[in-house]
Amino acid sequence: MFQIQVSTSINGDDTEFSCEADETLLDVLRDRLGMTGSKEGCGTGDCGACSVIVDGRLVCSCLMLGAEAQGCEIETIEGMADGTELHPLQQKFLDHAALQCGVCTPGFLIAAKSLLERNDDPTEEEVRYWLAGNLCRCTGYDKIVRAVLDTAKDMRKPAKTKKAAAKKRVKA
Amino acid sequence: MNFQPGKDALKRNFKIVGTRTPRPDGLDKITGRARFGADMTAPGMLWGLILRSPHAHARIKSIDTSSAEAVNGVHAVITAKDFGPCPEDVLDIRENVMAREKALYDGHAVAAVAATSRAAAKQALKLIKVDYEVLPHVTDVDEAMKPSAPIINSKLFTKGLDKTPKKPSNIAERFEFGHGDVEAGLKQADLVIERTFRTEATHQGYIEPHACLASMGSDGRGDIWCCTQGHFMVRQVCSALLGIDASGLRVTASEIGGGFGGKTTVFIEPVALALSLKANHPVKVVMSRSEVLRASGPTSSTSIDVKIGMKKDGTITAGDATLRYQGGAFPGSAVPYGAMAAFACYDLKAVRAVGYDVIANRPKQAAYRAPGAPMAAYAVESVVDELCKELRLDPLDVRLKNASSDGSKASYGPNFDVIGLRATLEAAKAHPHYKTKLGANQGRGVACGFWFNFGGETSVSLNVNADGTIGLSVGTPDIGGSRASIGNMAAEELGVPHDKVRCIIADTASLGYNDVTDGSRVTFASGLAAINAARDAIGKMCERAAGIWGIPVEAVTWEDGTARPSSPNAGKHDPLTLADIAAQAGATGGPIAGHCEINAEGAGVSFATHMVDTEVDPDTGYVKILRYTVFQDAGKAVHPSYVEGQFQGGAVQGIGWALNEEYIYGKDGTLQNAGFLDYRIPVASDLPMIDAVIVEVPNPGHPYGVRGVGETSIVPPLAAISNSVSSAAGVRMTQLPMSPPKVLKALGRI
Repeated sequence: MFQIQVSTSINGDDTEFSCEADETLLDVLRDRLGMTGSKEGCGTGDCGACSVIVDGRLVCSCLMLGAEAQGCEIETIEGMADGTELHPLQQKFLDHAALQCGVCTPGFLIAAKSLLERNDDPTEEEVRYWLAGNLCRCTGYDKIVRAVLDTAKDMRKPAKTKKAAAKKRVKA
Repeated sequence: MNFQPGKDALKRNFKIVGTRTPRPDGLDKITGRARFGADMTAPGMLWGLILRSPHAHARIKSIDTSSAEAVNGVHAVITAKDFGPCPEDVLDIRENVMAREKALYDGHAVAAVAATSRAAAKQALKLIKVDYEVLPHVTDVDEAMKPSAPIINSKLFTKGLDKTPKKPSNIAERFEFGHGDVEAGLKQADLVIERTFRTEATHQGYIEPHACLASMGSDGRGDIWCCTQGHFMVRQVCSALLGIDASGLRVTASEIGGGFGGKTTVFIEPVALALSLKANHPVKVVMSRSEVLRASGPTSSTSIDVKIGMKKDGTITAGDATLRYQGGAFPGSAVPYGAMAAFACYDLKAVRAVGYDVIANRPKQAAYRAPGAPMAAYAVESVVDELCKELRLDPLDVRLKNASSDGSKASYGPNFDVIGLRATLEAAKAHPHYKTKLGANQGRGVACGFWFNFGGETSVSLNVNADGTIGLSVGTPDIGGSRASIGNMAAEELGVPHDKVRCIIADTASLGYNDVTDGSRVTFASGLAAINAARDAIGKMCERAAGIWGIPVEAVTWEDGTARPSSPNAGKHDPLTLADIAAQAGATGGPIAGHCEINAEGAGVSFATHMVDTEVDPDTGYVKILRYTVFQDAGKAVHPSYVEGQFQGGAVQGIGWALNEEYIYGKDGTLQNAGFLDYRIPVASDLPMIDAVIVEVPNPGHPYGVRGVGETSIVPPLAAISNSVSSAAGVRMTQLPMSPPKVLKALGRI
């Protein structure tokens, strides 16, 4: 079958792939590029387990075609930590035990990152509504919401305190 | 020496157990590195897809696969014919994974293909021609029990009756539990209330669909990688279905993206294996969400009658219940558990619970967190609440007055050991939540719940590495942090830091048999086995120390990870740490390991009390959860964060069951809401924080007092929420889910 050639950037790395016209970005990431951190929980955009950031926008990669990624900048869970330094959200998810089975976790982290990039001081209600597109069946969301609020609080602190906190953090 | 329940003293002072250590699988799960069921590939791998019946009940007259086989890239097409004879005990599973003479529900598998691409497999599925003769169907539990109902299995004659009936029916079995004279008890009451309740089928709703990668060679050796709650169960069932030796099939449990009981059986694994055998290639099968909802195991839908008598002082004089559970197209619903659990919270002189296991044209039900108990507790706790309201009694006081306690005779037969129900009720009464003022259209509900908990067959291997670290192999898939809790118990026992122990889930070829992760058994049973294995290794390390010092082993003691002479009489010797002994292992007799193989008993039953405040919008019928507090006995909380997580997660699944979730069938018997958009589980914006209060009444059956905590948290919510909504709405609710239309109807608005 005729395949489409796509040039894109994933987590800052120039990436080329070819895919079928009807192939989703999620299938490309998982099956063609081996990036299985994004999960398929529904395939219909209801669960958010496949969340990625495309040109700064939070999207369900199961609802976007691979071919649409031409020229885009894509961020996935695999690029969330900076080398061995975890993203503050990742560290807070560990500290707050904000995961049980962990299958929804990549999607929640990406969605929460997208929230904090827009709003560094969200209320509990804002966190709950922003994350309403991500399903978690294990935790009841309590510890997830706490982890996101706590991250936001930490990230707002002046640089000095931030540095001290970073020192304390477990390295990836 | 293994822990002797009832004889050996319980440990009460801990260094690691009870602390919130980082979880060992945490980093993998926050970076996307963890490999779940669908994340594995193999060289030469094919994609498998399954064709499913569009009919609720239909005879399969013929299946023509020739056009599908001709599609380029297709390597195998299979039907029920590809599964030969099998032992009786897996016959229903064989029929469920691939329909033979009849398709028994919408979504029942009828054929499968394996192809080089998903596109080719999809194309081939469309070309399989199945000639169906559509038959009358029944999906409702009460309808299925009527003599006029379509008969689903003409060989099904009700068991458990005095006389086996001559005609087949959809009632598979009758169960009865209880003691005392119920009729006499009801006569002693000042008030008797009788009500009928209905609950709809719900799905476990794990976010990870079933997925597996199977590789089977013509030499009779195969491997399966899959997300399951029990890889030894997968080996047992698949080897029986395909006639493979147990040693010929190695099953590895992937990370599991939720199970809640729904992954305690097989659906796609034997199909992938049969495809792989036929194609001589590895085959990956991953269910779509709609397949998960249509064809894996949801709960039963139920219809339950409850009659309870109470005196003016709150004493319950008798309880009587009849429970009808449809469990899908095959016998084996959780109704016996429901009947046993119904009145377990109460110490009653007269009690009876009768259960009917009913089949219907729906997917075979699977376990869902305390299977069968939430619906039974919903019915019983609703009637208790109504009695309290009518007699103007405090619902917690009435429960304290009648609560089961140490030694009382359980409604299902045995006498309870040390239990924590009263402790949860007292914690609830003392909690600020109970004193919070309520506004207009708001109500408060409380309810109690019980679950048996389970021990079971367990095998653990603990290796002391030369550098003093520990490799701990368990055979129970980790579905909520059990590697952390088991590893921490081993570290506690050995006296080493928690991060010196690495706990892994070993495959079926590397460890003795283990029962599935179910019955809230893993932290209890694998933890108990890990403690025993640690004690075994400590015994061996004391022997090595004795050898090094040239003294008898009886003169060596183990304290804080160190061997020491037990008294000055044993001579003066410098203590040897675990690392010291491990470093010399080669010179003192070879590698050091501890083992434990047991059938764990003494799991210790579990109780919880839930309290919830809701607000009902009289114009829309929408129910908002305002406040929610869980009080549950954990025996000893090994890792409090994950215990809280179990409490919160169970409560929220209960909120979904009570308010939103239901399987909706059309008149044609097909499922109308097979997706997460229409089968709506709770999302973050539906909920408040869930307050989790851990109560600790040690279980005498575990060296650290541990009780399983995974399941009980879903037992009280249905009743607690219904009691709260009934109070807020001023009308008794008797049907779940309490979705806006049902609430408006109860309010007389529509």
